[in-house]
Amino acid sequence: MKDSTDNLIETRALSVTFGEGASANRVVNEVSFHIVRGEAYGLIGESGCGKSTILQALVGLNTAYDGAILYDGQEVPHRREKSFFRKVQMVFQDPYASLHPRKIVHQVLLEPLRIHGFDQHEERISAVLDAVGLGRDFRYRYPHELSGGQRQRVAIARALIIEPETLLLDEPTSALDVSVQAEILNLLKKLRRERKLTYLMVTHDLAVVTHICGRVGMMNQGEIIEELSADEIRDLRAVKDYTRVFLAASIGSRASRSISQEVLPL
Amino acid sequence: MSIHLTAAPRAGSLKTWLAAPVPASRLQARAQQIWRAIWRLRSNTSALFGFAIILLLLLMAIFAPLIATHDIYAQDLSARLQPPSRAHFFGTDELGRDIFSRIVFGARITLYIAILTAAIAAPVGLIVGTTAGYLGGWVDIVLMRIVDVFLAFPSLVLALAFVAALGPGIENSVIAISLASWPPIARLARAETLTIRKSDYVAAARLQGASSWQIIRSDIVPMCIPSVVVRITLNMAAIILTAAGLGFLGLGAQPPSPEWGAMLSTGREFMLTSWWIAAIPGCSILLASLAFNLFGDGLRDILDPRHG
Repeated sequence: MKDSTDNLIETRALSVTFGEGASANRVVNEVSFHIVRGEAYGLIGESGCGKSTILQALVGLNTAYDGAILYDGQEVPHRREKSFFRKVQMVFQDPYASLHPRKIVHQVLLEPLRIHGFDQHEERISAVLDAVGLGRDFRYRYPHELSGGQRQRVAIARALIIEPETLLLDEPTSALDVSVQAEILNLLKKLRRERKLTYLMVTHDLAVVTHICGRVGMMNQGEIIEELSADEIRDLRAVKDYTRVFLAASIGSRASRSISQEVLPL
Repeated sequence: MSIHLTAAPRAGSLKTWLAAPVPASRLQARAQQIWRAIWRLRSNTSALFGFAIILLLLLMAIFAPLIATHDIYAQDLSARLQPPSRAHFFGTDELGRDIFSRIVFGARITLYIAILTAAIAAPVGLIVGTTAGYLGGWVDIVLMRIVDVFLAFPSLVLALAFVAALGPGIENSVIAISLASWPPIARLARAETLTIRKSDYVAAARLQGASSWQIIRSDIVPMCIPSVVVRITLNMAAIILTAAGLGFLGLGAQPPSPEWGAMLSTGREFMLTSWWIAAIPGCSILLASLAFNLFGDGLRDILDPRHG
């Protein structure tokens, strides 16, 4: 069935349970949300609230979920097809783990092109490296010769090279230096503007989420308890108590961090 | 960014090409990696020693007809059991054949068996191990039980059984030794695969839409190759010993072929009166397996990711 709305991603009563029987642990509990085409949606919450698990289920790394995931109005099968990955790509949290240690950048970028049958390999690789702000010099380097920020740029390039319409971002900056975080966030923002991408970003960092996302889902214990706009977060206009506490605590830590940043010469 | 962007290296000597900070091609990136590995190997004396002997063996095998001083099959009963002398560097055996020449030609047989066995066992073990480890489930169970069956036999006994069934000869001993030496490699590759199958870069490859076969081939196998290469190099010693053992028992190379184990076996009868007939092939076997062991140890230092 094709919905009349312009929802690109939609989940209906999505649940993920790890373990069985008495030890069963329901990590995500009947979560329903939707993302409009071209939107940047953020999922925030403390560690272990199930936000990354939702991402894993959405992208198909975890096929054992209940409920339905719809992409572009169509329900996607639990085992994803190649055509799905052509449209949806993901950037991982840890750039030190997400790049194959024995592949040079060129090869990392070449493989998705081969898999999806693209032509003009060299031109596309040059173009995407330019787009993520890496020069040609990085082309024949191994990951261990790159810094964390450069690696994350390569990871973003790998996701973008097959020209997807949606990017799932799993805390893309949390493993990086504070000074590099801003560069990557600005890059993500620029790429979204240029390529009309739809973002789903998972993070626990309020500053990151308000920088990138227009709408944010607050998660707690496997459920989305409240949806807010970025402005509402900035003004701390939350309805639920938990959200208020979370926002207040995050702002507090953010404030202390920005003080320490001022002390450190950047 | 504050990274200084050097221009592409100008054409120069090989050394500047290898030391260029920014590789300009795939070939150069690969060559630089190998160059750095060789550089690290330089400081490892025992590995260099092993490598030197292996190199010597290889040269000996390749240029055997030029190095050998006598016809290895020519019998001279008037000059039998001669001790080492200037005419016969390592003396002569019970039929008057020159042992030095036979050792030189024997290197061919030894290396032939060792290399052929490695070339059969390594890919088979690698493919079985990575497939079982990556796919898991019943594929893993079936493949690993087969491996267990092979591992349950002592390798020499298994090789003996196969040679006894197929008939003696070098080719059959290669097959027999391969049959006995792929299961440990499969085990190793599977263990390695299990540690990386859940890694982010494999997940990333899956999200690129790569099939299981593509992931095994291009993501898993390259990670397993270093430890398999190390393992097979260390195994070479065992392979050489098993081949010599089969030859010794009369199930490997057949006389008059100058296989070291077979030579050792015939020398046994004359050990008390003519020590060189048994001692020379024995020392050759010892040196060859020692060399592979030392070199394998050194390779582990430079190739195995866990060791640096």
